[in-house]
Amino acid sequence: MEIRFTLNKKQVTAEVNADSVLIDVLRSLGCKSVKCGCETTNCGLCTVWIDGKSRLSCSVLAAGIDGHEVTTMEGVEEEAAEFGAFLAAEGAEQCGFCSPGFIMNVLAMVRELEDPDMEEIKEYLAGNLCRCTGYMGQLRAIKKYMEKRKSPVIKVREVQG
Amino acid sequence: MLTIGNYVKAKTLEEAYELNQARSSRVMGGMMWMRLGNAKVKTVIDLSGLGLDQIEESDNVIKIGAMCTLRQLEQCEALRELYGDGIAESVRHIVGVQFRNQATVGGSIYGRFGFSDVLTAFLALDTFVELYDGGTIRLSEFVKRKPDKDILLSVIVRKSRRKFRYESIRQTKTDFPVIACSVVTGMVHGKETWYFSVGARPMKAELLEKQWEIPDNASEEVIADYARQAAAEFTYGTNMRGSAGYRQHLAEVLIRREMASILAEGR
Repeated sequence: MEIRFTLNKKQVTAEVNADSVLIDVLRSLGCKSVKCGCETTNCGLCTVWIDGKSRLSCSVLAAGIDGHEVTTMEGVEEEAAEFGAFLAAEGAEQCGFCSPGFIMNVLAMVRELEDPDMEEIKEYLAGNLCRCTGYMGQLRAIKKYMEKRKSPVIKVREVQG
Repeated sequence: MLTIGNYVKAKTLEEAYELNQARSSRVMGGMMWMRLGNAKVKTVIDLSGLGLDQIEESDNVIKIGAMCTLRQLEQCEALRELYGDGIAESVRHIVGVQFRNQATVGGSIYGRFGFSDVLTAFLALDTFVELYDGGTIRLSEFVKRKPDKDILLSVIVRKSRRKFRYESIRQTKTDFPVIACSVVTGMVHGKETWYFSVGARPMKAELLEKQWEIPDNASEEVIADYARQAAAEFTYGTNMRGSAGYRQHLAEVLIRREMASILAEGR
């Protein structure tokens, strides 16, 4: 069957089977940031946004996406690069395989929660597993990223300085 | 591995029900559990276009559409106002936000899964399920039924002045619970009534009702004794997450904590 949906703000069509899952369709359309980890809805590597909400593309039937809006990391490249720089600065990446899903969920979190504390951040990101880092670097990166978002003036001064 | 022959986004409930009467048809919820199964499904029926994704509040009830997500439950202000953080507590440990944005209330309740936090939580409340063919029946009755080809439309919680607590124990964060307990108390027909629901025993949740008049200032020993009695009335099983004896011990502890918390708050 043919489905039409919005992918990273562009209209696309794809030919899918009744049991095709979204992750495979997205990767076939060139969105290689979307990674397959556990395939059992536990690791968060395949996180994308569907109609603005974080979802696990390994368990979404592609047929059900017809008419919806899907965003992958390719669609929020600048923002992802900005947060990615914080991850790199804190040494929060080792193999980096979990980063795209993790970044997508962090960006969803900063849209959804106004001023989350560390416990709320940990809870929001509980569905993103990383088997290299132990999460401490990532949490430092999030904290600094959120501080920067709250104080854009400081950022400009820092850049100018 | 799951294979699906046809995908149909139902345009009406009638269409969904008719399609579902075929032996090899399945209604899909969030696809979290079905996807992990090993089945050949001829037709999968998607209910997402039928407006079943709303939580509606009226004077007497809160009606939760079957296609509402667990995240909607977690963030529902009406449920929070009535029952505090209990409902949110029952779902917040389920994997992550992405999972809860996808898993549906209907899938969780209809499946009557042994591990279900959602079933355990709602079973202790004054809850009904609305079925397409079977009408509206008590959740406690629905739980005992064998799965059939009806379609769950909504979960209806009758508003009442009841206190609700939910607790679960997991070996690791985001895993299935080793045990899950909810405790509810309130006045029913003029008598103080306590409801205990214990899930992940590892069998599906069961409900226990007791007309116990317990003073707010009951001692720790008295509360512990009631908790022991309640926990002893359930049966428990053994699996890789824990033994039957360990589960019973945990149930006793959680029920005691929940009862003490309710009594401390005052009714």
